[in-house]
Amino acid sequence: MKAYLGVDVGSVSTNVVIINDQLEVLANLYLRTNGRPIETIKKGLKEVVNKLDSDIEIAGAGTTGSGRYLAGVMIGADVIKNEITAHAVAASSMVPGVQTVLEIGGQDSKIIILRNGIVTDFAMNTVCAAGTGSFLDQQAARLNIPISDFGSLALKSKNKIRIAGRCTVFAESDMIHKQQMGHSIPDIINGLCEALVRNYLNNVGKSKEILPPVVFQGGVAANVGIKAAFERELGLPVIVPKYFNVMGALGAAQLAKEETVKTGRTKFKGFAITNLPYYTSSFECDGCSNACEIVEIFEEGKVIGRWGNRCPKWDLVES
Amino acid sequence: MRKVTFPHMGHSYIAFKMLMEDMGNEVILPPRPSKKTLDLGVKYAPEFACLPYKILLGTYLQTAEMGMDTIVTSGGAGPCRAGHYAHLHKAILHDLGYNVDLVCFEAPKKHPIDFYRKVQKLNSAKLSVLSIIEAIKRGWHKLKALDHMEKLSHKIRPRELKRGTTSKVYKMTQLWLDEARTHKEIEEAEAEGIKAFNNIPQDPNREVLKVGLVGEIYVLLEPASNLEIEETLGHMGVEVERSMFLTGWTRDNLGKGTEELISVTDAAKPYLPELIGGHGRDTIGHTVLYAKRKFDGVIQLAPFTCIPEIVARTILPKVSIIHDIPVLTFFLDEQTGKAGMVTRLEAFVDLLRRKKQNTKLNQAAALS
Repeated sequence: MKAYLGVDVGSVSTNVVIINDQLEVLANLYLRTNGRPIETIKKGLKEVVNKLDSDIEIAGAGTTGSGRYLAGVMIGADVIKNEITAHAVAASSMVPGVQTVLEIGGQDSKIIILRNGIVTDFAMNTVCAAGTGSFLDQQAARLNIPISDFGSLALKSKNKIRIAGRCTVFAESDMIHKQQMGHSIPDIINGLCEALVRNYLNNVGKSKEILPPVVFQGGVAANVGIKAAFERELGLPVIVPKYFNVMGALGAAQLAKEETVKTGRTKFKGFAITNLPYYTSSFECDGCSNACEIVEIFEEGKVIGRWGNRCPKWDLVES
Repeated sequence: MRKVTFPHMGHSYIAFKMLMEDMGNEVILPPRPSKKTLDLGVKYAPEFACLPYKILLGTYLQTAEMGMDTIVTSGGAGPCRAGHYAHLHKAILHDLGYNVDLVCFEAPKKHPIDFYRKVQKLNSAKLSVLSIIEAIKRGWHKLKALDHMEKLSHKIRPRELKRGTTSKVYKMTQLWLDEARTHKEIEEAEAEGIKAFNNIPQDPNREVLKVGLVGEIYVLLEPASNLEIEETLGHMGVEVERSMFLTGWTRDNLGKGTEELISVTDAAKPYLPELIGGHGRDTIGHTVLYAKRKFDGVIQLAPFTCIPEIVARTILPKVSIIHDIPVLTFFLDEQTGKAGMVTRLEAFVDLLRRKKQNTKLNQAAALS
């Protein structure tokens, strides 16, 4: 049976999805990247292949996320797409007619506006990490609460507490202040959820027309506290799709299907690559004053990809 | 002999170099802004200053190491803090023990005597007034030719068959123009350049998108400060038209204003009737004009913390809706990681392509 592979290598998580011709999810996987994308990609592919029936043949592969180029050359991707397009594609297929996608991941948050199935506008956070998953992670660790319980605790809140949400530094000192005043943990966590949502809508969502259906995806969508805060703030129901945390990979797999239907063949190297040795190295080019930091990735000792060059000097000759 | 330097702003240094040398000065060529430039600038500049300020300070520190003793730059009209920058640069350089002289030109129309004095200060060769005018004319000629080459690179890069050919040719034409010292030589170099660009093998069938670039002057003109956005877009199959060139800006600030400037101000009027400093009003006006000329999209480039551009940024969503033109903003700062920008550009280009296809489909449907 034909299937399509999607890999989303993000700063915090690496996700792998396999879909069939009908765009049904056969297998999905959510792993922590832990700063080691190469090992995580290999591990993800190894685990996902165990979940599949033996008659499955990968007819196309796509990558997305900030590590998409690395993943792309490693697995032999047919399509390497930015995460905005990938997320929009996945959301449209999971929730037909979707007009707004709220996506909050580990290091970035974005809003995508669609009309008639087409992306008409988008925004990504630029210089601020307040309102992303990493900050929630950090605060959960500080309060010694598993991140998975964070959202449900917020729902237990009885009193409204206002936490400053513009900046993680302000938010953290505000939370500590409220905690030392004796406010309860659920109230503080709920205050934080509301602060995050406020910051997101004022920053990323600024001047965007948010129309229903609204889909909320990305790792943070697991947090029911944030979902509830969005619904209160927007006055609209917010849909969290079933595969909310692997939507990027899902979109990449769908795009790979579109691409290979066009080209009629796949560049996917096969799951055997999980046994190949990969390593990267970097150097500073001294060709000009740019002093580009060039990164190379090696497969079995052979360079398969290079990044960081601003001129074509280090481009690999495409075969 | 005076050892002069000036800001590195795109290719303009090639023309300034000739002008300064013709007036009898030794030129300490400002290096292309690099990580080292930025490191120096960030270290000695006030934290809240903007990227152009830090790059310029870094440039002056690098050239001061090379023996530079005179900075030639321009002040600024209108309420943007860049007008004070040159003087603050000088103060910081003096504090660091570099006793450099500053020649900061203000608009000659408002300050004619000051302008004349400053020109004489740089007239190390003791040229006659006529010869100085002649030298300025030559520099101007060269600057126009350089801008012409850059415009050709914007047009041809998205259509080139082999990636990178245009950038190579563009570099070559800059070398030719650098060597040209007389009007005749400049003319010849320009003609050769046009020929070289036209000889680049192009794909006539490629669907090329048109995007207008608007924003603050320094980050628009210096590719090292905007992560070479024009080249990146060109390689994505996008023809860019930049709203600002040094020749255009100088004309606007020297004389009564070009027709173009007047129409930009007019176009911005319903949204921003005031000059708010910097290029905030131009950003709005040019966006309107690009939309009227049926461009596919507009990209705004702004230094982080730049007030005029922040004001423009908050107005742009409205312009974008009313004129049905997608707008993307980049705030630029010290970050050299290009990945974030490339992600956004890719998504933006995807959006523009889909929008264009859809418009075409709708038009076809309406006709049938």
